[in-house]
Amino acid sequence: MIVAGRGGHLALAALALAIAALPWFGSSYHVGFVATALVAALFALSLQVLVGAVGMVSLGHAALFGVGAYVVWFLTPTGGPAPSIVLTLPTAALAGGLVALAIGGLALRTKGFFFLMTTLAFGQMVFFLFHDTPLGGGADGVFITRPALGVFDWVWEVPRRQRPSVLLWIDLGVLVAAYAGLAWLMRTLFGRALLGIRANEHRMAALGLPTLRYKLSAFVLGGALAGVAGHQWAMTEAFVSPELLGWHRSALALLAIVLGGVGALHGPILGALAFAVLGEVAGLVTERQHLVEGAVILFVVLVLPRGLAGLRLWRPLAHAPAPAPAPTPVPIADPAPAAVVDPA
Amino acid sequence: MTGAGLLVQVLNGLQYGLLLFLISSGLTLIFGVLGVINLAHGSLFMVGAYVTFLVAKAGAGLWLSLPLALVGGTALGVVLERVLFRRFYHREHLDQVLLTFALILLFEEGRSFIAGNDFHSVPVPASLDWSVPVAAGFSYSAYRLAVLAACLVVAALMFWTIERTRAGSAIRAAAEKPEMVDLLGMDARRIHMLVFGAGTALAMLGGALAAPLYSVYPGMGDGFLIISFVVVVVGGLGSVAGAFWAALLVGLVDTLSKVLLPVGAGAAVYVLMAVVLLWRPTGLFGGARA
Amino acid sequence: MSIIARPMSRRGLAGLGLSTLALPAIAQSGGAPLKVGLMLPFSGTFAALGENIAAAFEMHLAERGGKLGGRPITVIRLDDQSDPAAAPQNVNRLLSRDKADVLVGTVHSGVVMALVQASREKGVPLIIPNAGNVAASRELCADSVFRTSFTNWQPAYGMGLAVAKTGVKKAAWVTWDYAAGKESAEGFRDGLKAGGADLVQVLSLPFPETNFQPLLAQLPGLGVQAVGAFFAGGGAVQFVRDYAAAGLRDKMPLCGSGFLTEGTLAAQGAAAEGVQTALHYGDGLDTPKNTIFRTAFKDRTTREADVYAVQGYDAAQLLAVGLDATKGDVEADKALFAAMRGARIDSPRGAFTLSAGRSPVQNIYLREARGGQNRVIGIAAPALADPGTGCKLA
Repeated sequence: MIVAGRGGHLALAALALAIAALPWFGSSYHVGFVATALVAALFALSLQVLVGAVGMVSLGHAALFGVGAYVVWFLTPTGGPAPSIVLTLPTAALAGGLVALAIGGLALRTKGFFFLMTTLAFGQMVFFLFHDTPLGGGADGVFITRPALGVFDWVWEVPRRQRPSVLLWIDLGVLVAAYAGLAWLMRTLFGRALLGIRANEHRMAALGLPTLRYKLSAFVLGGALAGVAGHQWAMTEAFVSPELLGWHRSALALLAIVLGGVGALHGPILGALAFAVLGEVAGLVTERQHLVEGAVILFVVLVLPRGLAGLRLWRPLAHAPAPAPAPTPVPIADPAPAAVVDPA
Repeated sequence: MTGAGLLVQVLNGLQYGLLLFLISSGLTLIFGVLGVINLAHGSLFMVGAYVTFLVAKAGAGLWLSLPLALVGGTALGVVLERVLFRRFYHREHLDQVLLTFALILLFEEGRSFIAGNDFHSVPVPASLDWSVPVAAGFSYSAYRLAVLAACLVVAALMFWTIERTRAGSAIRAAAEKPEMVDLLGMDARRIHMLVFGAGTALAMLGGALAAPLYSVYPGMGDGFLIISFVVVVVGGLGSVAGAFWAALLVGLVDTLSKVLLPVGAGAAVYVLMAVVLLWRPTGLFGGARA
Repeated sequence: MSIIARPMSRRGLAGLGLSTLALPAIAQSGGAPLKVGLMLPFSGTFAALGENIAAAFEMHLAERGGKLGGRPITVIRLDDQSDPAAAPQNVNRLLSRDKADVLVGTVHSGVVMALVQASREKGVPLIIPNAGNVAASRELCADSVFRTSFTNWQPAYGMGLAVAKTGVKKAAWVTWDYAAGKESAEGFRDGLKAGGADLVQVLSLPFPETNFQPLLAQLPGLGVQAVGAFFAGGGAVQFVRDYAAAGLRDKMPLCGSGFLTEGTLAAQGAAAEGVQTALHYGDGLDTPKNTIFRTAFKDRTTREADVYAVQGYDAAQLLAVGLDATKGDVEADKALFAAMRGARIDSPRGAFTLSAGRSPVQNIYLREARGGQNRVIGIAAPALADPGTGCKLA
């Protein structure tokens, strides 16, 4: 997995600035729409820590996302004042990380496709825990009070009309911070070790690297970040439901990664934003939304083998890099099922 | 629960499990031989169910829809293999996931275009629309018993084909050691087409048989897809025998958990899968592949 | 509620470095015409329900010349696809993008929560034309949240009472394991108890599974004299057929909330013959209002009216009462809400008023499936109101 170069980072920074400026030229609807898409991007990015960096494809990641979202609900006293974001955000990260530690500790005994299915199993168990017991407030979901923006004595009261803009900026800020942190991490020894494990785990083990511990660390880090993403969902939507933990959401994040490009750290961000825009545009132009989505995805997978992040529009064709070396033969399993809408 | 009650529940579990076997056997073969993760397998099941629904709507019965599902399924499988999947054997599995996800969307859209978005029930064939008393105060619909029998016959035919015919030994070789196929001088492309066609036909046959039992509705393939993946993994990737025993196990666990522990019924098969994989990380009948 | 709890000092604002930033304000558009956002399922399992609700709503608007309280009405349809996860965003679409002044929706009880939340938070009037979750009329009740449908508790209570009156002492309830199923089970239990009978067991399976066999096989061992059920749509078709095929009907008559046989009789065929259900509407209600309504709906849509159409029609009637009182002004919310709270709606189902939880106080009819119709054979519970436990409004 590569981290974008200077040109790429400039482009990403321009994109971030454009999004930050959205409240001045977009409607509040578009502001809310982009805020939701940013949360999806953050969640997909958290999964990329597993998929892109280490090659661990998990279908249980949404359980960690959902746990992070439900932390806000657990921390809010009934009828009491909203807890501070200074409390809820780290708790969500901690909860996501701890649940990831439990799941990863067991699931990492398996590999490839079996790992995928084991994480699916644990993810669904957490899903049913919230769906079938009163623990999380019921199967229909619950509305929550958004965490307060403040510390101890003072709280920043945001006027209602400015709330969508402020939420957008918070979501954007968290995403940018997460991306910057991961970009730094991938350049450290730890990050390089992860990439080494993805390329050839046996060799890294032979070199004396405790590969299991590294993989578990990545799993827990991804889980903590998923918890943060879940927290941002709860903050943005003020609503949590067991659907947040279901495997569909994991599958969608995985699709965002593949669409955007497994090989790039910023791939999932591009993929998740593209997915959101694609769905919105398709819904506007036609009743047959799935037809457009399906056709576009089919086109991408047939024509752009390295996802959206592989696009190099600004580079003249003559200087295009030589075609990527034939993909390393992947062991016969490390992928992922997904699916579409439930009937109701 | 009485002994007779338990017996009926075991029968329920076996019937559900055998249906799961029809779907997951194709899935495990396609994975074993072609190395392809086919998420659209659930959609093929759905297409089969809608074939029965549309045929019934046109006034004909299962005598038409079953052969139609088999022949149409084989043809559809061959076309999909030749046009799309063949390009993806050497791509990353995640690309296959994206491809088959796009297919799910397109199949759902096609279904919506042809049959609409409503939940439809499908009539049971008139000749089988009667019940057999199986326990005190409880009867079993003749059609349900017929489906059970049909699944057993298909399973037997499949094992016979795989164990006793030349094509079967080629498939076994391809599933266990793909490089063997070339060494033996067999045409890998034909095996690929055969397996994909057969897998598709099995999924569509399962759907065609299941329609009167489970109704047809948008996205109905989803639930069956995920549970079939559970079966495939519990049994061990690529193992048809594994899929058979795993399907029965999953069917029984799902049914009995609904009876004995309703609160945990939703999670029961996932607990089963987690336990099996932690105990045997490549499934019950899995080899070293993973 | 929400991001904010207490006013923030200037120092805090400066601390965030935002004191000089001009925060963008998003203007609300006002003036005529009034925009009504219909958030309903127009695709998926519940599409037919959404279509009938919307068609009947628009029919009443047309009867009034497209105006309520003298103000022209624009209807905006939004397909919620019965997807709870997308619901907050869909509500945002209607309120922020389309600038809806009034919300009407929806069918799915998980999706309706997002509408209730928006209505409670922003004070936007909301009329629920189907979803029966009791919370909206109980602990989540609000000045601005109205319903013209039912609570899941109501029909099941009526059914329980009716069954107990036939001499049944023990009964069981079968349903999907989700909020609506549990709430209907509570209603059945309360109804049975009011009639001196007991609910001995609730059997459930995950929504929307249709593998009923494991549940059906348990029924003979329970020693009950009647079985009630809450299912809808295709699940209801399958359940009633499987129940008959399992040979259970002779020993334990099947009954249920009306949705068990609503719009499904043709598909259920002989298996449904004689099944009794309870609902706030039925076939053969020969009131003049109902006859006129059914004829007009058929002329307009070429479809037969059903309970969903009635609920959609009454949603428009209820909104009309409110807007007539304020001459089309939604900003005068106190007067608007007070007029709607006190409304007496002349519904095709029979006239009804609203309870403190803003939910209909209505007759629950006992119906029997005969020849493809749910014939009304009596009143299971007259002028029944949801208990409204936890609602502090008057």
